[in-house]
Amino acid sequence: MAAVLTRDIVKRFGEINAVNGISLRVPDGEFMVLLGPSGCGKTTFLRIICGLEQQTSGDLLIGGNVVNDIPPRARGVAMMFQSYGLYPHYTVRNNIAFPLHTQRVPREEIQKKVEWASQLLGIGHLLDRRPRQLSGGERQRVALARALVREPTALLLDEPLSNLDAKLRSSARQEIKNFQQRVRLTTIYVTHDQVEAMGMGDRIAVIDHGRIRQVGTPTEIYEDPADLFVATFVGAPPMNIVTNGGGYLGFRPENFLPRDMIAEDAATEFSFRVDRSEYLGSERIVYGVMDGFDSKQPITAKLPPAHVAEGSIRPGEWHPFAVKNSALRHYDTNGNRSSHH
Amino acid sequence: MLRPFARSLRVAGFFLGVAFFVILAAFPFYWMVITAFKQNSDLYKVTNIPFWFNEPPTLEHVKYLFEETLFARWLLNSLVIGVCVTAITLITAIPAGYSLARMTSRKGEALGIMIFLTYLVPPTLLFLPLSRIIAELGLQNSMWSLVLVYPTFTIPFCSWLLMGFFKALPVEIEEAAIVDGCSLFGAFIKMAIPLSVPAILTVMIFTFTLTLQEFVYALTFISSSDQKPITLGVSTDLIRGDVFFWGEIMAGALIAAIPVAIAYNLFLDRFIAGITGGAVK
Repeated sequence: MAAVLTRDIVKRFGEINAVNGISLRVPDGEFMVLLGPSGCGKTTFLRIICGLEQQTSGDLLIGGNVVNDIPPRARGVAMMFQSYGLYPHYTVRNNIAFPLHTQRVPREEIQKKVEWASQLLGIGHLLDRRPRQLSGGERQRVALARALVREPTALLLDEPLSNLDAKLRSSARQEIKNFQQRVRLTTIYVTHDQVEAMGMGDRIAVIDHGRIRQVGTPTEIYEDPADLFVATFVGAPPMNIVTNGGGYLGFRPENFLPRDMIAEDAATEFSFRVDRSEYLGSERIVYGVMDGFDSKQPITAKLPPAHVAEGSIRPGEWHPFAVKNSALRHYDTNGNRSSHH
Repeated sequence: MLRPFARSLRVAGFFLGVAFFVILAAFPFYWMVITAFKQNSDLYKVTNIPFWFNEPPTLEHVKYLFEETLFARWLLNSLVIGVCVTAITLITAIPAGYSLARMTSRKGEALGIMIFLTYLVPPTLLFLPLSRIIAELGLQNSMWSLVLVYPTFTIPFCSWLLMGFFKALPVEIEEAAIVDGCSLFGAFIKMAIPLSVPAILTVMIFTFTLTLQEFVYALTFISSSDQKPITLGVSTDLIRGDVFFWGEIMAGALIAAIPVAIAYNLFLDRFIAGITGGAVK
């Protein structure tokens, strides 16, 4: 049974379709990431799931029941907001206990559950403080404990890491992922950061202009993008796209290497003129153009510095480069993946 | 590097400036205090220097106020009117401000400003139609007419003030409460109201002082002494023809001003936070 299932959800704000027919199935226990640029409708979709917005049309099922007209409080989902939405006038203990109080859970049981949730997240020593006395990371753990305490059908997270600094972000990423694996809670996580999406998601749904472009595991999304949007949105630098007869040819920068570095015989050769080169320590990014192929963006190649000697590739020089055939992706004129590989 | 002379000149200039504004602000109050406790003979002797006591101070005027006039009654009337109007204003303006801030999308702002504009219509225009209404309701010459009329200008202003404040509250807090099991109304009661205490205090002080100092409506609607609020009582019953009971007038003003001054000073910081936090957005 799917924890969350949506059928053709549409949300219209005046003339604008913020969500344009999303059908998504999130099985029990899965960590699903909704990935897309800002303004793509992913947050609106999440707010429809928790009930803060009402969809214009389409069905929403949580735990097998249609909840289209059920108010947020009765849907049994928990939501963690970008700014956490902690209650500033309550202590941490009362923040965590709040969802239980509203459900009129008996006092001793509330105490037990608050204890359990705060143990799980290691915030037992903070229970009598107020939110403004906590650091960013502690606030996040309190918000997680509050979301977890009533054992929701699904946990919804809206860009929970965007308020943390870069250093804290990677440890918080780890923490959320570990925690999710431990309690096996169905989780829907909204982000515009592909590193978060790739690193945390069991599956990723890539969203653009209110539509799902592709749903798949991080490997599927990266290795085999369904269309040009996904191909160029995921990956840094993005996939190289060149026009090729009646369609497009795509390949990842790390697969675009000097000919002599590719062992396979089944490879397609290109002549590559280097314009600029960036040394980034673990890799060298080389920008240039390919003889005989058009591209809107400069072609990039990601080279391992250990194998490409400094000075062997200089700006202005032409070099024989190649991509092994198994790494080439074909797209038709509409930008969709063609069947033949 | 300033030379010592130039420096002391600067310091002197600073304190001169401060002294000027302190005197400007405090002098009327000082004048009120000494007049309230001066003997009549001191007060009316033209050759006396008027800025301090030339004869020993006296409580004669205060005594006169409480024994020979209905001053205690006026004080009580003002208090009753103030409390009732404040209560009515809070009960109406808090939900109004909240719904304007949260439930009307972009139209709310325009609507809020329109409501605020009604506050700017001068009472000298409004008392004519309002007196008809008061007469229809049979409330002429009763202090309850003021309880009815004052909210017409306190509610619009306070709704607008509270709207600005509610808008500045992060909406996530209420949304989190709604997802955590509250109804919309529950989130309003449990989150929005406790977090708006500074704004609500501001509205209370504002409303109370406004009703306390109002004059035009009181003068229009009330003529019997025992129904008058303090502003009206002091200035009508203590000026008889061209005889001004200066000592009693000042004593009355002083007694009425003291509680307000104390309330303002206690809540001044929150009052400013309420006004700027709401208006600047």
